Amino acid sequence: MAEIKNPDIENIAEFKQDLINKRLQSGSLIPLLQSAQDSYGYIPEKIIHYISELVGIPAAEIYGVITFYSQFRLKPLGKNLIRICEGTACHVNGAKSILTVLQDELGISVGETTDDGVFTLQSVACLGCCSLAPVIMVNNDTHGNLNHDKIKRIIKKYKSDQKVRVA
Amino acid sequence: MKTIKVGLGTCGISAGGQLVYNKLVEEIKTKNLEVELKETGCMGMCYEEVLVEVEEDNGTFLYSKVTPERASKIVTEHIINNAPVKEWIVKSDEVNKEEDFLKNQNRIVLRNCGIIDPTSIDEYIAQNGYKAIQTVLKNSTPIDIVDQIIKSGLRGRGGGGFSTGMKWKFAHMEKADKKYIICNADEGDPGAFMDRSVLEGDPHSVLEGMMIAGYAIGSDEAYIYCRAEYPLAIKRLKNAIAQCEERGYLGKNIFGSGFSFKIKIKEGAGAFVCGEETALMASIEGKRGVPRLRPPFPANKGLWGKPTNINNVETFANVPWIINNGWDKYAALGTEKSKGTKVFALAGKINHSGLAEVPMGMTINEIVYGIGGGIKNGKKFKAVQMGGPSGGCIPASMGDLKIDYDEITRTGAIMGSGGMIVLDETTCMVDLARYFLNFTQNESCGKCTFCRIGTKRMLEILERITEGNGKESDIDLLIDLAQKIKNGSLCGLGQTAPNPVLTTLQYFREEYEAHIRDKKCPAHNCAALIEYCIDPDLCTGCGVCARECSSNAITGKKKEAYYLDTALCSKCGKCFEVCKFDAVIKN
Ligand SMILES: Cc1cc2nc3c(=O)[nH]c(=O)nc-3n(C[C@H](O)[C@H](O)[C@H](O)COP(=O)(O)O)c2cc1C
Ligand code: FES
Repeated sequence: MAEIKNPDIENIAEFKQDLINKRLQSGSLIPLLQSAQDSYGYIPEKIIHYISELVGIPAAEIYGVITFYSQFRLKPLGKNLIRICEGTACHVNGAKSILTVLQDELGISVGETTDDGVFTLQSVACLGCCSLAPVIMVNNDTHGNLNHDKIKRIIKKYKSDQKVRVA
Repeated sequence: MKTIKVGLGTCGISAGGQLVYNKLVEEIKTKNLEVELKETGCMGMCYEEVLVEVEEDNGTFLYSKVTPERASKIVTEHIINNAPVKEWIVKSDEVNKEEDFLKNQNRIVLRNCGIIDPTSIDEYIAQNGYKAIQTVLKNSTPIDIVDQIIKSGLRGRGGGGFSTGMKWKFAHMEKADKKYIICNADEGDPGAFMDRSVLEGDPHSVLEGMMIAGYAIGSDEAYIYCRAEYPLAIKRLKNAIAQCEERGYLGKNIFGSGFSFKIKIKEGAGAFVCGEETALMASIEGKRGVPRLRPPFPANKGLWGKPTNINNVETFANVPWIINNGWDKYAALGTEKSKGTKVFALAGKINHSGLAEVPMGMTINEIVYGIGGGIKNGKKFKAVQMGGPSGGCIPASMGDLKIDYDEITRTGAIMGSGGMIVLDETTCMVDLARYFLNFTQNESCGKCTFCRIGTKRMLEILERITEGNGKESDIDLLIDLAQKIKNGSLCGLGQTAPNPVLTTLQYFREEYEAHIRDKKCPAHNCAALIEYCIDPDLCTGCGVCARECSSNAITGKKKEAYYLDTALCSKCGKCFEVCKFDAVIKN
């Protein structure tokens, strides 16, 4: 996961530099938003206004684009992003009960972040690993053939990794 | 020298492939072995992952379900002592445990997947890669190529099934200073993963197909629109494009022919409707991905108003093969109106979940029972879902149906992109219809009223039926709404959204009626209509269910039968899943 920065003025400068490095010109609104999200973990309001100036598209329209695509977030993410697949193969193989366990373990529902900021839970239409259904993706790692035990073990592992990092 | 290949598609990696690979690296290093270690793409047998293949003088040996520990043993026994570990081998010259899965397949699109290292352009070239584009540039005029593709009978694999050659012809005939090629790698249909496997396992075949298309229609610039949920596919594509640029296979004056071509990648941002071609182009242009009316078709007015040819990943991957082997060889496969092969993504309640490429015209039963190895856990085959949210359910009683575009359409489902979800007796068809309507309702872009609001109303009706509050008139209302949504929507999303409901109503109407009239879910799936209880004769008193239960609904003493209080039960189903003795029962 990208390290999350504070969107203050300084970082906007950094973001600008990033855009220059990536040679993103105007007209490519979605890649601009994607790199904003890469740098900040979400799309801060300040950045929307900055991009608006850059590409000459009204902020309201950019907001429309952001909310249209499920990839974009207007709120910061937890340190670990858990995406649970709600695709057809996962659905018929018990994704719902996996979701119940996940929600119980984390104490949050889909779309929320835990109070300590360690986990965000999201749902996704299909991860393309349907042969291993039910599937979740934690950050960029896919975990398949899940059952209740396995889910608990995975969550435990990320929780303890987190503690180690803090210590 | 021996070669070891590890299947590192997304499926292989999630099954632990990277750990196996790392272990092999370590073993080879510490034991100082003369072995070549390679990665390869998905071999299609996802149910046997992690797959490791050892190539040596005595042949090739395919190991299944390899773990890091097993990998160590394979190294000591097979690599060092030359004694293959027979019990884990699924395929070699002597053993063929995968015969059922492999024997009726015919791999054209998947010709290199799981065989070559997808990160190596040289391995692609060694399999006749980039030969087709060279032949084309040297010997053929663009219209010749269009003609060959028309004669091959290739139809678009993205769902619509339109003749690829005809589409190229329309774009070819347009006069313009600029034309575009787009590869649709959005693969939005949940439950389908053919395109992902091709992109991860053989990216160069897609690039080569795009180059040939570019030459045929007179385009010098292309985009691949790939969904962001496929990070590995994007990585492999970027790598493949960079290799081509380095060698001059992409760029200016390719192979000294005067033909120039460049390919860029655009990452999708998570919207199903962006798989629709006009929405996809809007998305590349940086706008909300909202479809527009056709005509004008992309071939006349596409990306940034220029003539554009858009094809699916699998469509492009077929093209180099057709050029190399001749259109007639391709047209010889399949049925009268559907030529060639089709890749199916088998998933759901099936034993051999994975990718199968078969000639068109194979029956559903041949795929489900033959290649797919039948239904998981000995359950009964109920239906296959084809075509995703735009498709429908074909009942097991029609298992002898030959799969091609027209036969499938006749059932009310569609071929779609090739996702085939197998359902068993525990799948509730009303719930499945609800599931798909929930999907389309979420993904509707909101432009057309009937698609936006009509699907919402249909979803509400389906929700109340699954919750036991359905009304006698609901079925007629669903059918009425379905017709109106079909007629009142501009793009394929709305026009096909009611299909899952219509097909389940057509073939499984009695299930709807049981929910509405008897307040029963025959598949024991809908939580509101079932009750859990514990069979005292089967319960061993292990207490696992009581520990799992977060509603404190299960009580009892160790080694005695436990009791489930239905008044407290939240019907989460955890106890049902954890009981090893089948003592938790759904009524
Ligand atoms: C709602 C909707 C979603 C679609 N999603 C995809 C998709 O994910 N991948 C794809 O190749 N085609 C998809 N299509 C079909 C495309 O619009 C288009 O027909 C196709 O990319 C053309 O390529 P082909 O002729 O090679 O099939 C979709 C169509 C609709 C209406
Ligand atoms: S349905 Fe879950 S990974 Fe495809």
